[in-house]
Amino acid sequence: MNYPIEQIRADFPILAEKIRNKPLVYLDNAATCQKPQAVIDSIVKCYSHDYANIHRGVHTLSVRATDQFEAARDKVKTFINAASEKEIIFVRGATEAINLVAQTYGKSNVQAGDEIVITAMEHHANIVPWQMLCEQTGAVLKVIPMTTKGELIEGEFEKLLNDKTKLVAITQMSNALGTINPVKAMIAVAHAKNIPVLVDGAQAIPHIAVDVQDLDCDFYVFSGHKLYAPAGVGVLYGKQALLEAMPPYQGGGDMIRTVTFEKTTYAGLPHKFEAGTPAIADVIGLGAAIDYITAIGMDAIAAHEHELLVYATEQAQQIKELHIIGEAEHKGAILSFVLDKIHPHDIGTMLDSLGIAVRAGHHCAMPVMDFYHVPATARASFAMYNTKAEVDVLMKGIRDLIAMFG
Amino acid sequence: MFEDLRDLYQEVIFDHNRNPRNFRVMDNADRQVEGFNPLCGDRLTLFLKMNGDMIEDASFQGSGCAISTASVSLMTEIVKGKTEAEAEALFKTFHEMTTGKEEHINLEAVGKLAVLAGVREYPARVKCATLAWHTLDAALKNEQQSISTE
Repeated sequence: MNYPIEQIRADFPILAEKIRNKPLVYLDNAATCQKPQAVIDSIVKCYSHDYANIHRGVHTLSVRATDQFEAARDKVKTFINAASEKEIIFVRGATEAINLVAQTYGKSNVQAGDEIVITAMEHHANIVPWQMLCEQTGAVLKVIPMTTKGELIEGEFEKLLNDKTKLVAITQMSNALGTINPVKAMIAVAHAKNIPVLVDGAQAIPHIAVDVQDLDCDFYVFSGHKLYAPAGVGVLYGKQALLEAMPPYQGGGDMIRTVTFEKTTYAGLPHKFEAGTPAIADVIGLGAAIDYITAIGMDAIAAHEHELLVYATEQAQQIKELHIIGEAEHKGAILSFVLDKIHPHDIGTMLDSLGIAVRAGHHCAMPVMDFYHVPATARASFAMYNTKAEVDVLMKGIRDLIAMFG
Repeated sequence: MFEDLRDLYQEVIFDHNRNPRNFRVMDNADRQVEGFNPLCGDRLTLFLKMNGDMIEDASFQGSGCAISTASVSLMTEIVKGKTEAEAEALFKTFHEMTTGKEEHINLEAVGKLAVLAGVREYPARVKCATLAWHTLDAALKNEQQSISTE
C-alpha cells in the first residue's frame, strides 16, 4: 500500500501556514512535532463536552472524564506493550519521568561510591537528574564513550559495569546525532549483572515501534509532544515490582489511600505517582495521537522517514561545504550538520526567511557539541508528514545561503 | 533570494564576518573580559589598552555567528580613541537601536554601527549583536570575570 502522504499532510492544519510569505517547511520535529486535527479535536471535545476532575466525583462528567483518561492509559499500555496499565505513570514529560526515577528509585538504592552509567550522547534531561542524585548521595556518573561517527564504542559499555553500578540510563535515539543505540542488547548485558536499565525514549518513540517487554527495560520514558500529542504530558513506564517498591515522588491529592495527621497510606499503582490534578485533556489528547499513529502504522511511518533520511543524506553529501554531524550506521530521521565558515544561527535565520524551520544550537546536548568541537549545529529533523520536495527546498536554501555568504 | 534578510545581513556585515578587524590577542592589555552567549555558543575575549580614561586600543578573539562577529569587529574600530564616557554613551544608543525601544534613533550618532539596526526585527538575534557591548561595558567597569547574556 502506498504511504498516504497527501492525506497525512491534510490532517495537520498548521502545515498550511505561510511563514514569511512562504509555505512552511517544518523540520524541527525533534524539538516538538505538530498536531493532527484528531488530537486538536479531542481537546476541544474534552473541554466542550466531557471535562471534570477525575477519580473522585460521582457525577456524570467526572465519570466520563475518568473513563477517557483511563482509556488513554490503556492505549499507552498497548502502544508500548506494557504488561499492565499499572505500569503506565502519567507525568509532565520525559524530563519529569527521569527526575522521578532519580529521586525515588535512585535515592532509595544509590549510596556514596555507587555508580550510574549513561552515554556520551545524552540530552541534558538524562544527565542533570543523575548529576543531582550523585551530588546528593556521593555516587559517581560514568559515561560510555562514542566514536566520531556517533556510535557507542563496542565493549566499552560492559567494561564500565561492576558491583557498584546501580543503574544504567541510556537514550534509545540521540536527539543531536540521530544515532539509534542497540538498547535491547545493552539491557541484556546489564541484566546479566543484575543492573536495571532506564531507556530515554523521548526521541525514539515517534520513529520506532517500541515493545517494552521485548526490550526488557526496567524503565522507559517519553514525552507526548514529540509523539504528535499535546505538550505537558509524558509517560513513565516501570516494571510493576520496581514501581511498587519505590517511595512516592510527590505528595498530594489522588496519590493517597487514607490521610490522618498522624499517618498517610499511599494509593496503589499507578496513582501513587500521580499526585494532584493531571493534564486531563492532554492525556486524552495523547490517547487520540496514539489512535492516529496506530491507524497509519509505526512500520509505515518508520519506512517513510527512513526514505527521507537516506534521500536528505545523499543530497547533503553533494554540498562540499556541508559536514554531517552524526553518521551512525543505524540512524533515525535527524540530519545534524555544520557549514564551513557559517555559524548555525545564521543558517537558522536564513532558512527561516525561506519558510524553513530548523533548529540551530546545542540541542540540549552540550557534551556532544564539545565532543565534536563545535559551538552548535543546524539540525533538520523529519516526521511522518515531511516530503522529499521539502528536502529539496532545504537543500536549495542551504546552497543559496552558502552563495550569499560568499 | 533572501530579499527579506537584506536589512539584517548587509554587505558590511558579511565583510566584517569574513575579515574581522582587530582580531588579535593583545599582550599588553589593561583589561581583558570574556563574553559568552550560552544560548548559541558565541564566545569572545575583548582586550582593551587604556590611556587614562581613553580607550587607546581594542581587539578581540573568539568565534560566533556573522552578526556577533561583525558587531564586535565594528565595535573595536569605533571605540578606539573614545573616552569611557563616550563609549558608554555609544553603548546606550546602540542598545536602544538594537532592542527597538526608541522609535527615533539618531543613526548618525552611531555611525557605521547603523548597519546592525536591522537586528531589532529579529528578537532571537538581538543578543548576538549586543554581546560585544555588554562585554565592553564589563571591561570599562573593570569587572574581570566573564559575562554572559543569560
